[in-house]
Amino acid sequence: MKRSLSTGRKGRNDNVTRIVRWGKNLIRLIFILIILSFLVFALLYLAPGDPAEKRLTSQGIAVTKEVLDAERERLGLFRPFLVRYGEWLLGVFRGDFGVSFRDDLPVAPKLAAGLQKTVQLASASLLLSLIFSFPLAVLAAWKKDRVPDHIVCLLSFFGNSLPNFLISVLLMYLLCIRMRVFPVIASGSLQGLFMPVISLAIPMTGRFIRQMRAEFLVQLSEDYVAGMRRRGVKERYLILNVIRNSLGHILTIIALQIGTLMGGSVVIENIFRWPGIGKLVMESITARDYPVIMGFVLIMGTIYVAVNQLADICFHALDPRGQA
Amino acid sequence: MRRRLKTRILITGAAAGIILLAVIFAGVIAPNDPYTTNALAIRKAPCADYPFGTDNLGRCVLSRVLYGGRTTIAATFFLVFLSFLAGTFIGMICGTCGGWADRLLMRIADILLSFPQMVVAIAVAGILNGGMKGAMIALGITMWVSFARLARSHTMSIRQEAYISSAILAGKSRLNIICTHIFPNLLAPLFTNALTQVGTTMIGLSGLSFLGLGVIPPTAEWGSMISEARAYIQIAPWAVLAPAAVTILTIVVFNYLGDLVMEYRETQG
Repeated sequence: MKRSLSTGRKGRNDNVTRIVRWGKNLIRLIFILIILSFLVFALLYLAPGDPAEKRLTSQGIAVTKEVLDAERERLGLFRPFLVRYGEWLLGVFRGDFGVSFRDDLPVAPKLAAGLQKTVQLASASLLLSLIFSFPLAVLAAWKKDRVPDHIVCLLSFFGNSLPNFLISVLLMYLLCIRMRVFPVIASGSLQGLFMPVISLAIPMTGRFIRQMRAEFLVQLSEDYVAGMRRRGVKERYLILNVIRNSLGHILTIIALQIGTLMGGSVVIENIFRWPGIGKLVMESITARDYPVIMGFVLIMGTIYVAVNQLADICFHALDPRGQA
Repeated sequence: MRRRLKTRILITGAAAGIILLAVIFAGVIAPNDPYTTNALAIRKAPCADYPFGTDNLGRCVLSRVLYGGRTTIAATFFLVFLSFLAGTFIGMICGTCGGWADRLLMRIADILLSFPQMVVAIAVAGILNGGMKGAMIALGITMWVSFARLARSHTMSIRQEAYISSAILAGKSRLNIICTHIFPNLLAPLFTNALTQVGTTMIGLSGLSFLGLGVIPPTAEWGSMISEARAYIQIAPWAVLAPAAVTILTIVVFNYLGDLVMEYRETQG
């Protein structure tokens, strides 16, 4: 593929190459999503026992041969695997994630309600940690190997080494029990948002600072920076240029961290009883409610893949060399 | 600079060694049995008999921390070691054979990395419901990838070296070349990677345990101990703070060691 691009007349039409790249991105996105959906459907077969059996046991019905066969017939389990996969996928496209094993209610509204709450929590913590990490990373890179850099690196190292469940437990201990600043069980108010957001933001800030600092350092070691310094360009403008040129990479860093954020929010939601999708999925795991678990993985996976694909497109759009 | 790094590595390594020794000899050091419940000493504050106090069932927290470290650290090391082996093996195959096998395996690796790791791990561990083994499988699905990529790229650059072509000309078999020339040269970068993975793996495993997807009670494990004792943190904070402190300490020590070794290797070249 690379060969065909380079042998074509150079600069004939940049729009063509851009459209080709977008097309390739799109095909890749669809390919990955199909694999994701297939793996998610296969999750149902990971544990021993077929869906009919799982459904009956999760509803607490005694499993006999007759009941089991009737249930299998009703769920259409006697048809081939691929047919069932296709039907399930078609349903997902129409926004139908199946019915819950627990209460026979459709799964999609439950997931949507949880997702909304999770997005609130996740975006608040993402925003908070960006507000802190971005300037600190710039500062650390700019003052490399001097006191501010050491302090920022130390903080980032500890943030990076703390599991988020520990942060939340320690925060609870310090703020609720020792200092009595917050009630132990907070409702869904702004006050209730504070501790989960902090618990999610601290480890993320640590990772962001570490990765962004490394990225700024790469940019600072480029020739153009040395050239600007020789020409006596003010440090202020120099930093602005460096930030502009690292934006693409920083977007990629952020997009990759969203995966960790999703996993972390499952833990945090369960600690603080935040009614998000993570709390829903843990309840479903205990109840062996497979359609909810599958919907959760499918939704989170799709968001993650799409966000990273978007970051990739932005990365190329932000790179001025691609447009020349 | 390098001298200073070396002493720092030695000190941190010694700290890591002490943690490992304490956990290995948990049976000798632990003052009490970690599973014996004592109705007379429920949620007792730290004292001479129970240096870290007791938990909700009157079990000695210090002994449980020591034995729990065994579970946590053994699972972490075992998982990192397995990923190391699997990743190195796959990476060397990709690097030496090339062709369709290389393309296929690297494609699989790419696809595995394009899903959110912890989300997949939670779902898989939850569905497997197999205790620590399930949690390890769930995390291991994606862990081998970093080792495989590293091993592959290093194998490819080693393959360009003159001593490889002379070994081929000398009529050595491919397996022989892999064993005697490629594998030993891979060890240093892969070992560094393994060291940096220890902290992350421990965070992941104890996170899964905390969610109740790891060990099955009453087995002592740091994440599940914290999760259990969280319910009565107001009455017996020591039952949470002790395992929390050792978890943080262990992760900090291993992360720091990983950073130092990486820096050491970077200043070398």
